Amino acid sequence: MVLESSKWLMFLVCWHFKNVSCNSVAQKIYVELNNTVPCVRLLNATHQIGCQSSISGDTGVIHVLESEADLEWPLSKGPNPPYMVLLESSLFTRSIMMKMKNASSRVAGVVVVLKTSPPEFSPHTTCPNENTGVYTDTYDHNLAHCNTTVWNPQGNGLSYEEFDFPVFSLKEDNETEVIKQCYFDHNRAVNGSGLQYPLCAMQLFSHMYAVTDTATCIRRKNIDFSSSPVIVCDPLGDYNVWASIRPYNNTAFGHKENESVVIAAARLDSRSFFLQDSTGAEGSISGFVTLLAAAQALREVTQEAPPTRNILFAFFQGEVFDYIGSSRMVYDMKNDKFVIDLDNVHSILEIGQVAVRSGANLFLHSDPVSRRNYTVNNEVTNLVNNLQSSTAGLNFSLVEAGFSQPLPPSSLQRFLRARAIPGIVLADHQTAFNNRYYESFYDNAAHLNLTYPSNLSPEEQLEFVTDTAKSLTEVATAVARALYKQAGGNDAQVNNINADPKMVTQMLYGFLVRSNNSWFQAVMAPELKDFLQPNPPQYYVGVARSSHQAKALTSLVQYLLANLTGTATNLTQSQCQKPDELPNESTHMYSYLWVQGMVPPNSTQRESFCVRAAVRLAKAESPAFELEDYTSKEYSTWTESQWKFIKARIFLVASRDLEVLTLGVGVAVLFTSLLVTYFVSTKADVLFSDVREPARAAY
Amino acid sequence: MTAAVFFGCAFIAFGPAFSLFIFTIAKDPLRVIILIAGAFFWLVSLLLSSLVWFIATKATNAQDLTLQKDLLIFGCMFSVILQEVFRFAYYRLLRKANEGLAAISEEDGPPLSVREMAYVSGLGFGIMSGAFSMINTLSDSLGPGTVGLFGDSQYYFITSGVTSIALTLLHTFWGVVFFEGCERKRWWVIAVVLCLHLMVTSLSLLNPFYVGSVPPVYAIMLLMAVWAFFSSGGSLHNITLLWTCRKSNTETSS
Repeated sequence: MVLESSKWLMFLVCWHFKNVSCNSVAQKIYVELNNTVPCVRLLNATHQIGCQSSISGDTGVIHVLESEADLEWPLSKGPNPPYMVLLESSLFTRSIMMKMKNASSRVAGVVVVLKTSPPEFSPHTTCPNENTGVYTDTYDHNLAHCNTTVWNPQGNGLSYEEFDFPVFSLKEDNETEVIKQCYFDHNRAVNGSGLQYPLCAMQLFSHMYAVTDTATCIRRKNIDFSSSPVIVCDPLGDYNVWASIRPYNNTAFGHKENESVVIAAARLDSRSFFLQDSTGAEGSISGFVTLLAAAQALREVTQEAPPTRNILFAFFQGEVFDYIGSSRMVYDMKNDKFVIDLDNVHSILEIGQVAVRSGANLFLHSDPVSRRNYTVNNEVTNLVNNLQSSTAGLNFSLVEAGFSQPLPPSSLQRFLRARAIPGIVLADHQTAFNNRYYESFYDNAAHLNLTYPSNLSPEEQLEFVTDTAKSLTEVATAVARALYKQAGGNDAQVNNINADPKMVTQMLYGFLVRSNNSWFQAVMAPELKDFLQPNPPQYYVGVARSSHQAKALTSLVQYLLANLTGTATNLTQSQCQKPDELPNESTHMYSYLWVQGMVPPNSTQRESFCVRAAVRLAKAESPAFELEDYTSKEYSTWTESQWKFIKARIFLVASRDLEVLTLGVGVAVLFTSLLVTYFVSTKADVLFSDVREPARAAY
Repeated sequence: MTAAVFFGCAFIAFGPAFSLFIFTIAKDPLRVIILIAGAFFWLVSLLLSSLVWFIATKATNAQDLTLQKDLLIFGCMFSVILQEVFRFAYYRLLRKANEGLAAISEEDGPPLSVREMAYVSGLGFGIMSGAFSMINTLSDSLGPGTVGLFGDSQYYFITSGVTSIALTLLHTFWGVVFFEGCERKRWWVIAVVLCLHLMVTSLSLLNPFYVGSVPPVYAIMLLMAVWAFFSSGGSLHNITLLWTCRKSNTETSS
């Protein structure tokens, strides 16, 4: 009776677990895993990277890897290949992954459980974007291919390897517990004896349609067999966000007479091995948050005492994948498709990774090759002086990095590829990156030591000024002052330029902890409020969409920049959508955005209003796709493969013997029943002799 | 689990029904028609009873698990009763049709005896019942996994197939006995058939006891086999006759 009641309990538990009545056999067999992040396939002009599963999924017996030596079991000793290897994040290293890649007939797939961060981990290459920067063999042989400085020495290049088995990642939650429980119940060898069937197995589906490289998959897209073409891959891209102190007419492209512009640049995107799990706290967020704070700091002073030159704030998307955004902007400038062109650019200041300091210094990197030119060198020295004098009264100082050292990977390199423009990249590292988790999923809020006291509610955490925010605010103040001086502003006004630490900490909270907070809700448009989630936004640039809507991160930065540099107007909502009808407003010069606004303390209705700002979106797709040159060495050719569905599930597998036994019994039953039936049917008249009696009686 | 299990279970479940169909039904088109009509009648009865159960579940609280379980039991019992009602209805229909068929057939007398109709309609009910309960399981047996993650027995598929044989043959025997009882106006036979059907159904409600529910069902099936054999004109004498016939055949031929 105990057995029966426990079986009843199992039945009811099963019922409850599925919260629908347990009468489908599939529900008895499979447990679907919902919170998985797959590794997908990306292609460029020459390679395919990422992971691929077979079209009907890859099934393997689960094996939880305990150490690197334990790899022998799935790779050689284990009796039930193929295996699905479950790793903790500390074992997710290049040597283990390469060993599994070489024995891929015995490995059905890999599942990585993300736990505590290892001391350092970077799946990116050691020399990021080495072929599309400015340092080619023709530019300077000694500086090319990171011969002088290796920027990312911990890089193990895993993100750029190709695996022919699926690799998924799981967080440490209930689903992972179910998997581990299944493993411990069924897959552990007891007392050295062999494993008992049934064994716990997992199946991963992540079949990717595109193969070989971008040119092949685009060619396959263009073969038009029917009216609807089959698309197997999509180019990466999104939109760049740019804003200027003095607005430009958005319909007048090309060179502008007597316009001299200082460009302040930062990058928005980052990546990790599992693309949808990209964070990039130090890699990109530190840079663009500093630039946003600097833009806000400059707003008042540039209206009271405008500088001679214009300042253009540019936030580039897709920089991780061979500088998609900046190469597109340079291409547009060269081809008169942008409001200014390269002759109008006076100098460039780029904010790189600035949050992880080793000491009280930040470093100014410049390009030694262009500085061999006398004018360029003078301009750069001028910019360096402006920057160094801007740190007066702040808790850090700016030091020039070594003179013979090249620029770190930065958007400035793409500008230099077109023209020798004086420029500086501001970073917290002198030679190699201080970022031990460059382009990995550990580059998150914890990496920046973004800690909040535990008893705060989310709204209180939003307002709490962390130490990280304070140090970034100082950097933003220095950047804003330097930009003002560089643009020829009045020196007397410089000390009035200060970045707001509250704004910086709110931005850090929104971009690193949760984007669904009250401030972000207030600055966003009502129709885009679904972009705000309880998680940070996604930093992977993603696939370029044909609609004119930018992705969550880009839209958020666009609306924030509008809020920080624009002005609130009195226009109503319908006027905000058609401002050209009003005499003093023009959509050529400004963009008009209707935002939700704050909720006043005593009511529930938001006070929405119309923001007028000189903020624009510029398409950030690689020129290679415009020019249809899919094997281009000049521009980024990255595309992402398409897939039908991606899912994962666990179940038990039975032994081969039981399956063959079932088939044997079936065949035996079939033949036996055929024989018996034949026999009985031929002797039916003897066996069922009663049948004849009614017939005789009828006579 | 895989193709091996799929084919194995399909052969187990449908092997006897298939062989019965080939050797006894397929040659005579009239029998085929009665078989398919019988299957249809069973399907209609199941449709109506599942409609009742569906309305009952939707009208009540879906979160109350004990109530849902009780509703399932009620639904099963109601379905059994409705199936027997439809069996009786089919009997009446066949009796009526038999007169019409006798009028148009070329031979003298009815083309099918009541016993043959009983057997064919019972087999029709059985095939459709077996298919209905087995097809869902078979389609899931094609995937790579097997039952057991939630503590069920790993012999689930074999047990399902074996139970399906029993169900098919039981329906056949019940059909024979039921029609015979209706012919001879022995109404207690109908009551006994109904009770046995309810008993078999409630054994399936004991799941997840899977392997343990098979022996009682097979015991009932053997009992019904014997009863149907005697009810359709067989006797021990005939069996001994069979043996001696064979013996005499072998004697004369040798």
